[in-house]
Amino acid sequence: MTTVKRTTQKSKTAPRAPRRASSVDTIPDAEGPDRMAMLRMMVRIRAFEMKLAELVRDLVIKGTLHPYVGQEAVATGVCFALRTDDYITSNHRGHGHALAKGADMNRMMAELLGRQTGYCKGKGGSMHIADLDLGMLGCNGIVGGGIGITAGAALSAKLRGTDQVSVGFFGDGAANTGIAHEAMNLAATWRLPAIFLCENNQYALSMPYAKAVAAADIASRAVGYGMPGELVDGNDALAVWAATRRAVLHARQGSGPTLLECKTYRWLQHSLRVKGPDRPADEEAAWKARCPIAKLRRQLTSEGFLDDAGFADMELAAVKEVEASVAFALASPEPTLDEIEKDIYAGGFVE
Amino acid sequence: MSTAHGQASVAAAATREISYAEAIAEALRTEMRLDPRVFVMGEDVGNFGGLFGGTKGLLEEFGPERVRDTPISEAALIGAGVGAAITGMRPMVEIQFMDFTACAMDQIVNQAAKIRFMLGGKAEVPLVIRTPYGTGLKLASQHSQSLEAWFAHVPGLLVAIPSTPSDAKGLLVTALRDCNPVIFLEHKLLYPTRGPVPEEQYTIPFGQADVKRRGEDVTIVATGLMVRRSLEAAEALAAEGIEAEVVDPRTLVPLDKAAIMASVQKTGRLVVVHEAVKRGGFGGEIASLIAEEAFDYLDAPIKRVAGRNVPIAFNETLEKRAVPSAEDIVVAVRSLTR
Repeated sequence: MTTVKRTTQKSKTAPRAPRRASSVDTIPDAEGPDRMAMLRMMVRIRAFEMKLAELVRDLVIKGTLHPYVGQEAVATGVCFALRTDDYITSNHRGHGHALAKGADMNRMMAELLGRQTGYCKGKGGSMHIADLDLGMLGCNGIVGGGIGITAGAALSAKLRGTDQVSVGFFGDGAANTGIAHEAMNLAATWRLPAIFLCENNQYALSMPYAKAVAAADIASRAVGYGMPGELVDGNDALAVWAATRRAVLHARQGSGPTLLECKTYRWLQHSLRVKGPDRPADEEAAWKARCPIAKLRRQLTSEGFLDDAGFADMELAAVKEVEASVAFALASPEPTLDEIEKDIYAGGFVE
Repeated sequence: MSTAHGQASVAAAATREISYAEAIAEALRTEMRLDPRVFVMGEDVGNFGGLFGGTKGLLEEFGPERVRDTPISEAALIGAGVGAAITGMRPMVEIQFMDFTACAMDQIVNQAAKIRFMLGGKAEVPLVIRTPYGTGLKLASQHSQSLEAWFAHVPGLLVAIPSTPSDAKGLLVTALRDCNPVIFLEHKLLYPTRGPVPEEQYTIPFGQADVKRRGEDVTIVATGLMVRRSLEAAEALAAEGIEAEVVDPRTLVPLDKAAIMASVQKTGRLVVVHEAVKRGGFGGEIASLIAEEAFDYLDAPIKRVAGRNVPIAFNETLEKRAVPSAEDIVVAVRSLTR
């Protein structure tokens, strides 16, 4: 992968055939990922997100959440191509990223319920879940806010002489922030081991991609930064894995960053508290017909690795895990009031 | 005040006169020798040695990996600093003029300052942001501001503002060893000023004010360049029989409230001096502190001597008259002591 995949095709929000690797037989890696584990991960993410919709509706969870339903293949495909010590930064729609990087569902759910046992002791909530031990450097409430951090973690790896890779997940909306440009230019100039992972889910809240960007694709920007860019079918977990794998190898061997754009679609509202304008029904239907979970499930079924009962077991296990996480969260204490002034400064300084 | 922000460790050692800029570079150089995690990046910090000389000689000694000339991308520089800091490095990012921090405000305020808290205390962000502030070089409205109050207002940031070469070195070493984001402010007119600086490495704790001049009649709390102006004013006042005590907080966050209170309790009078515009300036914070906690000790109203509420003009006279002079400080003190 040495050149940017130039794209001239007009962007549409309707789904279309992937332009590159769409199945395992094009993966330049003999072994390939554990596809059953990938499917299981996607099912877990969806079960988690669907439960959240219910918990938000019932006010068990306060505040808002940004659901990842429909985009599960991106987080899963990317994180299955990473090591635990590789870094990711995430955005406001980050539960899928966190789970795929290995985050503990109990601690995530506890955080979403604002409990002391949560990842951030209830201080961060949905938009700030992080687990530094897993290389998960944090979701982010500022659109584009994590992209510079991605470059910094990559710089850190380079300076420390490791071969860690740093992946920044951001959306099509964040692609238009200034720091996206600055960070990609910086990383390319310094040949940092970074992957800029644009998850183009077609909408920035209510703003359709085509009204925010004149160019058909974000990936084509890569040429302007002097780094490889690639368009990926974001509903194909294996295509995402393969593209990420290429970018990871590129980064690990010191050849610098890659811009990957995964075209996908957010099935639910921007946030679970906001009812936005209706999107075209045929558009929604077309994307839902390309469900990333159904796609991988079909593949595994047709190859004889999975039957209906096996998939049902997978779903049941995910639902049970989610229910257990809710029970864990509900049984967990709220943070004590003294937490309000803790954790602001290292060293314990409180004014 | 926690001791985590540095321990006083100035021992008897060789001391010689060097400039403020040299003191900054010396602090960086010696820390980079001691700690391989420390690196610097910023616009023109390598080949140029920093526009005001704060990174002079570093590229030659440490090479381009640890002394990184960067594109003009303030937001990404701070973002990269945060990313490097939370993954085990100790970056120092130079922002060429304090005015340009505005380009990186999200990264400073929403990322660097908040990450530790948002993550329930699991992250450390050992990031130093050095930046020159203030008037005096005829650089007009976008290269002359004093914006320390912006940063002092944000929980999660520490703010240092050294007024002498020896304070600059000791405070910068502390900043580089601290595990929090530090906004380190250097007045442009201070860079060429000279003073005694110990050769050995030492730290000056954050949150420890320095009384730059003892006096019984009035307390002047001043920061950065205004410490020098206040000392000038104090000499003029001494000729009139008024002995001013000049207290330099050295860090605004944390603030050495006890030292300011102790001085006011002694003198009964307080003048707060800073170059930043008066409205919303940090002087209001200090004045409020004394009004709330030491009102009974006051023999006169508190006075603020600060920049006018205006952008800085290019014209030399207009620039000069926008910020306090020594004479302005003298006049303010006289008004309280007559």
